[in-house]
Amino acid sequence: MSEVLLETRNLKKYFPHKLGYVHAVDDVTLKINIGETLGVVGESGCGKSTLGRTILRLLEPTEGEVIYEGRNILPLKGKEFRKIQTGMQMVFQDPYSSLNPRMSVYDLIAEPLKVCKTVTGKEAMAKKVQETMELCGLSERHNNVYPHEMDGGRRQRVGLARALVLDPKFVVCDEPVSALDVSIQAQILNLLMDMQESRNLAYMFITHDLCVVRHISSNIMVMYMGQVVEYATKDEIFAHHVHPYTKALMSAIPTADLSRRNRERHVLKGEVSNPINPAPGCRFTPRCPYAGKKCQEPQPLTQIAPDHFVACHECVSFSS
Amino acid sequence: MTKKKNRNQTSPGAKKSKWALVWIRFRKNKLAMVGLTVLVILLLAALLAPLYIDYSQATKQSIREAFEPPSSRHLFGTDQYGRDLFARIIYGGRISLFAGLVTMGIAFLCGITLGGSAGFFGGRTDTIIMRFCDVLMSVPGILLSMSIVAALGQGLIKMLIALSVSQIPRQARTARASVMTLRNQEFIEAARCCGTSNRRILFKHIIPNVLGPLIVGVMMGLGGTILQIASLGFLGIGIAPPTPEWGTIISENQNNLMYYPHLGIIPGVFIMIAVLSLNFVGDGLRDALDPKMKN
Repeated sequence: MSEVLLETRNLKKYFPHKLGYVHAVDDVTLKINIGETLGVVGESGCGKSTLGRTILRLLEPTEGEVIYEGRNILPLKGKEFRKIQTGMQMVFQDPYSSLNPRMSVYDLIAEPLKVCKTVTGKEAMAKKVQETMELCGLSERHNNVYPHEMDGGRRQRVGLARALVLDPKFVVCDEPVSALDVSIQAQILNLLMDMQESRNLAYMFITHDLCVVRHISSNIMVMYMGQVVEYATKDEIFAHHVHPYTKALMSAIPTADLSRRNRERHVLKGEVSNPINPAPGCRFTPRCPYAGKKCQEPQPLTQIAPDHFVACHECVSFSS
Repeated sequence: MTKKKNRNQTSPGAKKSKWALVWIRFRKNKLAMVGLTVLVILLLAALLAPLYIDYSQATKQSIREAFEPPSSRHLFGTDQYGRDLFARIIYGGRISLFAGLVTMGIAFLCGITLGGSAGFFGGRTDTIIMRFCDVLMSVPGILLSMSIVAALGQGLIKMLIALSVSQIPRQARTARASVMTLRNQEFIEAARCCGTSNRRILFKHIIPNVLGPLIVGVMMGLGGTILQIASLGFLGIGIAPPTPEWGTIISENQNNLMYYPHLGIIPGVFIMIAVLSLNFVGDGLRDALDPKMKN
């Protein structure tokens, strides 16, 4: 077992609303080891991005703990937090709006260094920026180019370089490839994986694309309405997913295999229920084909196999 | 090309080259260049006035020379008191242009600070600043300037303060709206991600992006301010006569416009030219500041 880099314990983020609280992230407990990737999957609005932002404290959590390198970072303030912050960076979804349109590529990548002062002196800074650019597949001739003059893939490389220039240990990738076309998606994914290998980075990879997540993750976490419904290693979850929501997700992966065309399909009916002050039971109940009476009661994440956790009454009772 | 040389080109000179680029883009806009040239000529003519024309010409009255048509001695003729109109316009330009620029400078700086922080911080800060601006805006500009002048007393500096205060709310509103659209952009979040302070985010990421629309607003306001100075002068609470100033010159001559229209037309044309070139320069500047307009 490798060392744990980042942990969250019962992390919650509620947004105030006229009618109560929107439970965007509810009681999420997770662990990410050094050099590993946690894939976070779920439909739009299920709190994936909020989770990532809450871990980085771009949004202040309502409750819970975020433990980075053995230390709860939530009570830290000012300078102390800044120091830790450089180790945790983020790659954003939309490379069009995540780069300041008035700054050239060089300035964009040098900006985090100027702010965090991890490298001092103009020469050293220029060297660091060029190194990072090279790593991310950008050449020196891009120095004075502005974001609008580049294609999506290059912009995302700039976004990645901005995150990596601070030599972080943990990077939250918030759907970094979903705004790109497929040919470029592969380039960026491979680049991310190369970086991980050479620098032993830990990623939290947020996406709704299961093929991408299969390619890059070591562990996978499935979220529904702010809660974790299933959490397992990649191979385990692809082979033995049990939660009805995960099943529905998995069966939605398109397949090129003709013989599997007539496979069993789990098509969900209805819509996501209201995330404002949800009832204490399983939140998937209204759409779940197997829902029973028990489902009105809360069911915490329960281990059903080594490295496999699930939050579902039916699945838990079935496996035990 | 060696690596070292390349680096020198980019990193240390990065800031300089940015302004150089702005200038290159500005130069491509012919209308803006015409505006800039005219403006520079007007400013130089006003600043260097004492070198080629005596101030006494603008104020010395001699009834015998009243209403002279334009001639080689009096380039634009003379007014009802026999004062040289050319001298009055040139010296008037010193006050009109200077007062206009200073007023808008103050209004711009205060407006961007107030409106910027209102839009950026939101919540209570926003409410307090914007309600204050609403109160100022609900009073007609002239009335506001009048009451400020009445409270502070007459004089150039006091008039500048009065005019700036009446311009601030409009600038603040524009700044607030632009900042609010930017505040939730992802690149602001990206900046927060590496611990950028609020001040740096405001000055480095937000203000450069809102400068464009603001500059256009300022240039529009400049024309308005020159006219407002004239109105105050006309009401007798601006620049005290006989000191020349473009608006005052027109209002002094309004009784004689029927027979001597050039007395109104010439200073009017000067106001128009100044305002027009300011607008051209503003437009050009907005485009030049935007890197997307490179081609």
